[in-house]
Amino acid sequence: MKKVYVKEDVCIGCGLCEVYCRLKHSKSKDLIKAYKKEIPRPLSRLRVDESGIVSLSVRCQHCDDAPCIRACLTGALSRDPSTSLVMVDEERCIGCGTCTLACPLGVPKLDTSQKKMVKCDLCQDEELPVCVANCPNEALLYAEVEEALA
Amino acid sequence: MVATKKTKYLIIGNSAGGIGAAEAIREVDKTGTITIVSDEPYPAYSRPLISEYLALPCPVEKMAYRQPDFYEKNKIKTLLGEKVIQVNPDKHTVKLESGTTLGWQKLLLATGGTPIFPEMEGNRLKGVFTFNKLDDAKAIDGFLNQHRGRLRAVVIGGGLIGVSVTEALLKRSVEVTVVEMKDRVLNTILDEEASVFEAQALVHAGTNIITGHTPEKINSYLLGEVCGVTLDDGCVLPCEMAVITIGVRPRLEVVSESGIKINRGIVVDRRMATSAPDIYACGDAAEAHDFVYGENRLTPVWPNAYEGGRAAGLNMAGKPTEYQGGTAMNALKYFGVYIASAGLVTPPDDSYETLINRYDGIYRKVIIKKGKLAGMVFAGDIEKSGIIYNLMKDGVNVRKFKEVLVADDFGLASLPESIWKDRLESSPPEGVPVVTSIEEPEELVIGD
Ligand SMILES: Cc1cc2nc3c(=O)[nH]c(=O)nc-3n(C[C@H](O)[C@H](O)[C@H](O)COP(=O)(O)OP(=O)(O)OC[C@H]3O[C@@H](n4cnc5c(N)ncnc54)[C@H](O)[C@@H]3O)c2cc1C
Repeated sequence: MKKVYVKEDVCIGCGLCEVYCRLKHSKSKDLIKAYKKEIPRPLSRLRVDESGIVSLSVRCQHCDDAPCIRACLTGALSRDPSTSLVMVDEERCIGCGTCTLACPLGVPKLDTSQKKMVKCDLCQDEELPVCVANCPNEALLYAEVEEALA
Repeated sequence: MVATKKTKYLIIGNSAGGIGAAEAIREVDKTGTITIVSDEPYPAYSRPLISEYLALPCPVEKMAYRQPDFYEKNKIKTLLGEKVIQVNPDKHTVKLESGTTLGWQKLLLATGGTPIFPEMEGNRLKGVFTFNKLDDAKAIDGFLNQHRGRLRAVVIGGGLIGVSVTEALLKRSVEVTVVEMKDRVLNTILDEEASVFEAQALVHAGTNIITGHTPEKINSYLLGEVCGVTLDDGCVLPCEMAVITIGVRPRLEVVSESGIKINRGIVVDRRMATSAPDIYACGDAAEAHDFVYGENRLTPVWPNAYEGGRAAGLNMAGKPTEYQGGTAMNALKYFGVYIASAGLVTPPDDSYETLINRYDGIYRKVIIKKGKLAGMVFAGDIEKSGIIYNLMKDGVNVRKFKEVLVADDFGLASLPESIWKDRLESSPPEGVPVVTSIEEPEELVIGD
């Protein structure tokens, strides 16, 4: 399974990962429109947490032992058998936020206007997740990790 | 004597707990026979979604908790619409209402909860409902469809289920009065301040809230139909329907004469085992480990039912597993107000320390005892609430950095490095090939 890692010693919290993520999830694929005009407002699936000199680009880790899937009230969250990624079925998600409360990173993002949760899918239709591809500092690493045996 | 059919694993209850157990059993034992019995005639559905169903009657399939091929794929036999009337721990059997006796090697009691129904004059009238299962939502839907013109409802009990049915009824253009015995709605899962947020949203949406009173009786003047509710102060609320949502208690009828140890719920140990050999329990029916209290408690929420069921299932299938424990935890979005709470919401005495921050309509509170988190309430914005919840669950000592937990810019980076490193697994395992940005950032399209 693939994972994105952050090299915290070179992440400067510039926020470009967030910018590209939001752009990726916009309809217009136009930065200004994505930020200023599009309704519903496209949301970044990741966030940058900062404190002093520490900045961390945080997104879903697709945990082997995903507490969000188990907490999900509707069954909208599940692990995709082919990619092993934790995916949300937006049709069945009601955006209640129980996954957000269960997640150790607090990453499931609530799209309050759509009443849905949105999350990182590692840009399945791209060669590389856009956050990784566009990190100017090479602070994001994309690696294949072995799956823990169930 | 009726021949006894035998299954390796028998699960009573086809909901969060039962499914959690069945999925866990199948991880360990691919072939052992699993049978799930439920008196509800539906494949597992999301119980909390019954309010969405009532708000906007949608196909039942939309509420399905698992894919349609779930039972077949996992080789699970179902007996739906069948009620278990008795458990016999010695003989390892259960008796169904239909007359059949079933044998089992391991049994799970995932029987959930049942609405508390007060002995009150008028409680059997037409137009009186509870709100705990899909058939309740269907019954209310049928009632609404039969009536033309504006309907008035009195919702008795302002807890989670009361607020949930209120939201649905308002969406169906019913006028709603909520009667809450205590001084505020959602008083068990929210603190005073978050309750006020929720109450304001309820009122804004058109709900009438009466606190500090209880109904004395439900009135009728016509053919056994509801015409109003009389409160303890004599005040009469005219209405055509009443929904009783004063609480849920563990559903225990199958075990009441079995000798299995019961306190408020079925008592289980950390492996989710009951006092009887080979019998396990989980979910709303069980009293399992609460990591905030450090003792067994009822914590009737969906995630805990699933987690407890999972631990039970692993143990039933022979993989010794300890239930990490649960605590009351809720994420709410009723009337567009986002609130997350867990553990204690109000400190019971002054041995607890409370930290609060309010900014831009956002409210954050944590409760700490002896350096460890014992409770939390987030309102307005619940993002990152999971960071706090998991620090609480893992019993992390937060004494040295407690102030950051409620700070405006709280995030993973605010925590000690050892914690965020552990949470983020910040580097890939040694020797694994990695990719970083491969090319110059693509050119951005800016504006038109
Ligand atoms: C309106 C509503 C809103 C809710 N909202 C939330 C929420 O937002 N968040 C949250 O975490 N939780 C919520 N809950 C609570 C949540 O639904 C429960 O905690 C959860 O369903 C418990 O799961 P369980 O498997 O223990 O039992 P249940 O879901 O109660 O299922 C038990 C099943 O066993 C069957 N059964 C019982 N006895 C027998 C018998 N003798 N024979 C055959 N079958 C039997 C029952 O009919 C039932 O189908 C809500 C509940 C309701 C009603």
